[in-house]
Amino acid sequence: MATIPDQTARQEAAASAPPAIELRGISKAFGPVQANKDISITVQRGTIHGIVGENGAGKSTLMSILYGFYKADAGEVFINGRKTEIPDSLAAIRAGIGMVFQHFKLVENFTVLENVILGAEDSALLGPSRRRARGVLKQLASDFELEVDPDTLIENLSVGHQQRVEILKALYREADILILDEPTGVLTPSEADHLFRILRGLKEQGKTIILITHKLREIMDVTDDVSVMRRGEIVATRATADTSPTELAELMVGRKVLLRVEKTEAQPGEEVLRVDGLRLVDGQGVERLRKIGFSIRAGEILGIAGVAGNGQSELLEVLAGLREAEGQAMLRGQPLPLSGQDCNGQARRARRIAHVPEDRHRRGLVLPFHAWENTALGYHHDPRYNPSPWRMDGAAIIADTAAKMERFDVRPPDPQLPAEGFSGGNQQKIVLAREIEYGPDLLLVGQPTRGVDIGAIEFIHQRLIELRDAGAAVLLVSVELDEILSLSDRILVMFDGRIMGERMADATDARELGLLMAGMEHA
Amino acid sequence: MDMATLAQVLDSTLRLATPLLFACLAGLISERAGIFDIGLEGKILAAAFLAAAIAFVSGNVWLGVLAGIAISVCMSLIHGVASITFRGNQLISGVAINFLAAGLTVVIAQNWFRQGGRTPSLTGDARMAQIDLPFAEALADVPVIGPIYNIFSGHALLVYLAFLCVPATWFLLFRTRFGLRLRAVGENPAAVDTAGVSVIGLRFGAVAICGVLCGLAGAYLSTGLSAGFVKDMSAGRGYIALAAMIFAKWRPWHAMGAVLLFGLLEAVANRFQSIEIMGLALPIQVMQALPYILTVVILAGFVGRAIPPRAGGSPYVKEH
Amino acid sequence: MSTKRIPHWADVTLVPLVSVLLAFAISAALIWAIGESPWNAVKLMVDGAFGSSYGWGYTLYYATNFMFTGLAVAVAFQARLFNIGGEGQAAVGGLGVALVCLYIPWPHWTLALLGASLGAAAFGALWAFIPGYLQAKRGSHIVITTIMFNFIAASFLNYMLVNFLRPQGSQDPSSPRFPDTASLPKLHEILGLFGIPFSKVPPVNISLLIAVALCGAVWWLLWRTRLGYQIRAFGESESAAQYAGISPARITIIVMLISGGLAGLMALNNVMGEQERLVLNAVEGAGFIGIAVALMGRNHPFGVFLAAILFGFLYQGGAELALWTGIPRELIVVIQALVILFTGALDNMVRIPIAKLFSLRRAD
Repeated sequence: MATIPDQTARQEAAASAPPAIELRGISKAFGPVQANKDISITVQRGTIHGIVGENGAGKSTLMSILYGFYKADAGEVFINGRKTEIPDSLAAIRAGIGMVFQHFKLVENFTVLENVILGAEDSALLGPSRRRARGVLKQLASDFELEVDPDTLIENLSVGHQQRVEILKALYREADILILDEPTGVLTPSEADHLFRILRGLKEQGKTIILITHKLREIMDVTDDVSVMRRGEIVATRATADTSPTELAELMVGRKVLLRVEKTEAQPGEEVLRVDGLRLVDGQGVERLRKIGFSIRAGEILGIAGVAGNGQSELLEVLAGLREAEGQAMLRGQPLPLSGQDCNGQARRARRIAHVPEDRHRRGLVLPFHAWENTALGYHHDPRYNPSPWRMDGAAIIADTAAKMERFDVRPPDPQLPAEGFSGGNQQKIVLAREIEYGPDLLLVGQPTRGVDIGAIEFIHQRLIELRDAGAAVLLVSVELDEILSLSDRILVMFDGRIMGERMADATDARELGLLMAGMEHA
Repeated sequence: MDMATLAQVLDSTLRLATPLLFACLAGLISERAGIFDIGLEGKILAAAFLAAAIAFVSGNVWLGVLAGIAISVCMSLIHGVASITFRGNQLISGVAINFLAAGLTVVIAQNWFRQGGRTPSLTGDARMAQIDLPFAEALADVPVIGPIYNIFSGHALLVYLAFLCVPATWFLLFRTRFGLRLRAVGENPAAVDTAGVSVIGLRFGAVAICGVLCGLAGAYLSTGLSAGFVKDMSAGRGYIALAAMIFAKWRPWHAMGAVLLFGLLEAVANRFQSIEIMGLALPIQVMQALPYILTVVILAGFVGRAIPPRAGGSPYVKEH
Repeated sequence: MSTKRIPHWADVTLVPLVSVLLAFAISAALIWAIGESPWNAVKLMVDGAFGSSYGWGYTLYYATNFMFTGLAVAVAFQARLFNIGGEGQAAVGGLGVALVCLYIPWPHWTLALLGASLGAAAFGALWAFIPGYLQAKRGSHIVITTIMFNFIAASFLNYMLVNFLRPQGSQDPSSPRFPDTASLPKLHEILGLFGIPFSKVPPVNISLLIAVALCGAVWWLLWRTRLGYQIRAFGESESAAQYAGISPARITIIVMLISGGLAGLMALNNVMGEQERLVLNAVEGAGFIGIAVALMGRNHPFGVFLAAILFGFLYQGGAELALWTGIPRELIVVIQALVILFTGALDNMVRIPIAKLFSLRRAD
C-alpha cells in the first residue's frame, strides 16, 4: 500500500523528470481532410491523461501516429525527453508504448497465454516463454487485479476479460506508457469500474496512461489532466480538478455556427410507431439496446441524440428491418415484425417505412452503380420501373432520376454518372430524394449531413421539415447536437443502449443534452 | 481378401498416401497462415517433372529432388507475389499456377526429351531406392508380426520423411515461436502486426515452406512412386490433398489420418473393380469420388463443421 | 486508395489489353527459349486459325464452347461468386443431352435441340445448385465445393457410361451414337442456305448461334431485368443489397442455377454437335478456360464473346502449331495460365502503374 508521503515524494520526483510523452506540432492529413492540426500535448510521468472529443475529432488518428500506424506529416514525438521516431509498431513497443485498441487485436482461438507472448517470445521454442509468461501473469494479476485464466481461449472470455488480456499484453512487453482507446465502449458499468481501479493501480506504480474517451464521467473520475480535441485540434488542456463536465461538454461541442432552420410549430397527429421492450444483443453477447420504448407521431421529428456507439445505429437498423431484435413494435396499430421472414428492407418499404442509412457508402448506395440505378435501390420492384414481369425500364428510371435530381438540386444532374463520382453532399441528396419522394409514413434518417457541405446541409434540413409538414413521422439519429436541436420537435437522448431522458426541443439546450449524452442522470 | 492381398493393399496405401501427405501438410501450413492455396496440384506437377528430368540427366535422384523443390518454391513465390504483395485473388492465382504447370511441363518435356511430353524412364540411381528396415527379411516368416513389419519396410526414404513431417509440422506449429506467429497471422493478422511482427514476412515464409513440401510430393511421385514423368501425372492429387486438409480441419495428425484413408481408397480402387461391403456392391467410381464427397459433407457442416483459419483468403490491409 | 481512379474506358480496355500483352510477351519468350521463332509461330497460328474456312470453322467451334463456359463464370462473378465448377457442370450437362437424345425419339432436329437444351441446362444447373445451396445456407466455400463437384462429376459420368450407357459388349466407355434426327446442322449447311461456301470438315454447328444469342441474353438479363439488377447490386455491395431487401441466399442460389445452366448448355456443342454421342472427358478443360475467358472479358458478355474468339483462335492455332512445329498444344495452356495470372491475380500489378500514369497526366 502506498502511503501518502511516499506518493508525494514520487510526484516530486516526477515533476523534475522529463515528461513521459511530449508531442510537438503533430499534423496529419488524409487527402483534403486535416485529421490532426498542429497538436502539442505534454503528459507527465505517472499520471492519467484524458483526451476527449466527439467522433471524428482526430483522437484515434493521433494515437495511431503514436503507435506507428500512420506517419505524421509534421511534428515531433519525445518519449522521456528523448526525440523518438516511431515508424512502426515495433518501434512503439521498444519505446515502451502499449496500446489497447478499441477493437481488440486478439487471436480469438488462442489461449490468453499465447496471445500475451505473441511477438514477445523469448526464444525460438515456446516452452520457456510459456513458463516465464505464466509467472509474470500471476504476478501482474496479484499486483493489478488483472486476473485472467491463462489457459482459456479468448473467444470464451467476456469482453471485459478480453480487454484485460490487451492490458496484460502491454504490461508483459514492459510498457511504461499505456494508451487506451475508448476502453469502456464495450464494457458494462461494473467492468468499467474495475478497469478504472486497474488504471489507478498502474498509475501508483509509475505508469503513464493516456485515456481516449468521449465519456465525461470517466474523465472526471480517473484522469489527472484532460485535453479536449475538436476538428483535429487541441482546443484546451486542463487539470481535471480545475474543470467541470459542463465546461468540457461546451469545449467538446464548441460554439459552432448555429444552423437555425426556419420551421413552424409541429402539428403532431396520430401515433405512427410505438416500440416497447426493444432489446438487442450483438454477436459478442453485448447488450446494445436495453429494452427501449418510445413512440413517434405523424407530423413530428423525433431526434435521437447521443454519442456514437450508444445504440442509436442499432436502433435504426432494427427499425429498418436490417437486424433482428426482441420486443414489440406497432406501426399504425398493426404489429411490425422485429424478426423472422417479414423483417427485411422490402417488407419495411411495403409498410411505408423509408430509411436514409447512416453509412451511405456501405448501405445507402452501390457506389459503382449509376445514379439512376441507385434511385431504384430498394425500389427495384416498383411497378413504375417494371413495365413487364422481367424487363426493368431503364428509360423510365432515368427520367425519374433526372426529375428527382432537379428537385433536389443534385449536381451534376447526370443520372448516368456513377454514384462514386458525386460529392458527399450530392450522394446524400440522391439517397434522400429516393427515400423522401417515396412518400413514407415514417422516415428513418441516420446522420443526414455527415460529410456534407454547408450549402447542402441547409437544403437537406429544409426537405426533412417539409416531409414532416406533409404529415410524415421522422426519426432522426445524429451525433451532431446542433442538428438535433435545430431540427427536432422532441428529443430522446441515448446512452449505453438506454434512453437517458426525453426533452422538448424548445425547452432544452446543448449543455443539458451534453450531460445526458455523457450519462449524467441528473442533468 | 487373403492376408497377402491385404498386406499388398496396405503397402500401396502407404506409397499412395505419401505425396498426399506432403501436399496436405503444405496446404495446411499455407492456409494456417491465411493464404489459400488451390495451386498445390500445379506445384506437385512441376516438381514431378523437374525432379524426373534432372534425375535422368544427372543420374542422381537427389539432385532431382532438389530441383523439384526449387521449381515448386518458385511457383509458390509467384503465388506469394500475386496474393501477398499485390493483394490479388488467391484462388485465381492458384488456378493460374495449376495451368502454368500443366502447360509448361509438357512444353518443356517435349522440348528436352521429345517423347511426347514425358521424361525417359528412370533407372538405377536416378530412381529412389527402397530402404529395407533392419530384420525385415528375418522377420518375414514370423506369422502376423512379419507381414505387418514388412508393410512398413521397403519404401523410399521420402515415405518415411513424409510421415516424420507430421510430428515435425505439429511441433513447428504448436511448439515454436514461428508456429505461434504463423497461426496468428492466419487468424488475425492485425494482432501480429500490432505486436510488431511482419505479416508479409510470415506469410511469405509459410508459402515457401508450402513450396518445399509440394516439391517433395512431386519428386516422390515421379522418382519414387513411378519411374519417370508423364503428362498430368499429378492426376488431381493436389485437390485430394486439399480435400484431406479440410477433412482434417487443418490439423497435422488428423491430416495423416485423412491421407491414409484417401490413400487406402485409391489403393483399393486400383486393385479391385468393385468392393462389397455388407452385401452392397460399391463400384470403383464411388471409391474414387469418396474423398470429394466426404469433403463436401464436412464443408456443409453436417458432420462436425470445418472452420478454416479466419483470415484465410483475404489480403491484409492495415487499418486501426 | 488514391491510386484507384482510372477512367472507365481504360479500365475495360487498357488494363486487360496490357495484361494480355504481358501474357503474350512471356509466351513468345518461351517459344524463343525452346528454339522456335515466335514470329513464325504467330504466322502459323493466324494462318491456321483464320487462313481458311476450315481454320475458321475450328476456331469458331472452340469459341462456342468457351462462350458457354465463359458466360457461366462471368454471371457468377457478377455476384462475386467464383464458380470453378464449369467443367463438372458441362460434363453433367452432357449426360442430360445424352439421355434426352437417346431415350426420346425426336421427329426432327429442331425439337431435339429444344429438348436437349432443356436437358443440358437442367443437368448443369442441378450440378451447380448443390454448391450454391451449401454456400447460401451453410456457408460452405463455393470454390472448394465446386472443385469437389468437378471430380464427383467425373466419377459419376464414368459410372453412368460404364454401367448404363455403354452398349452391350462394347469396351469403350461411351454411349451409342445419337439417332440422325438428333443431329444438329453444321455451319456449312446453314451458310449453304445463303449460298456461302464453307468447309464441311469442322464441327462448328448451330450451337454457335445459340452461344452468340446467349451472350446477348445474358447481357439483357444483367442490365435490363430486375433480377440482373439484384444480381449486380448483390455483387457490388452485399450490405447495400441487404439494405434494399435483396436476399443474399436467394440471389446466390439463382445465380448458381443460371451459371450451371449456361455451363451445361456447352454440351449442345461438343456432345450433340460434334461427337453425337457421350464420351468420357468430353469437356476437355473448356470449363476451366471459361475462367480465363471471363476474367479477360471483364465479366461482360461482349467481352466474353471477344475473349472466347481469342481463345478459339489460340486453340485452333495451337493445334496447327503442334502439327507443323515442335511446339506442343500445351503451349496454349501456358498462355491461358498467363492470361489468368495477369488479368486475374496480378490485376493490381498492371492497374497501379496505369493509374499512376493517369494521375500524373491529370496533375500536369
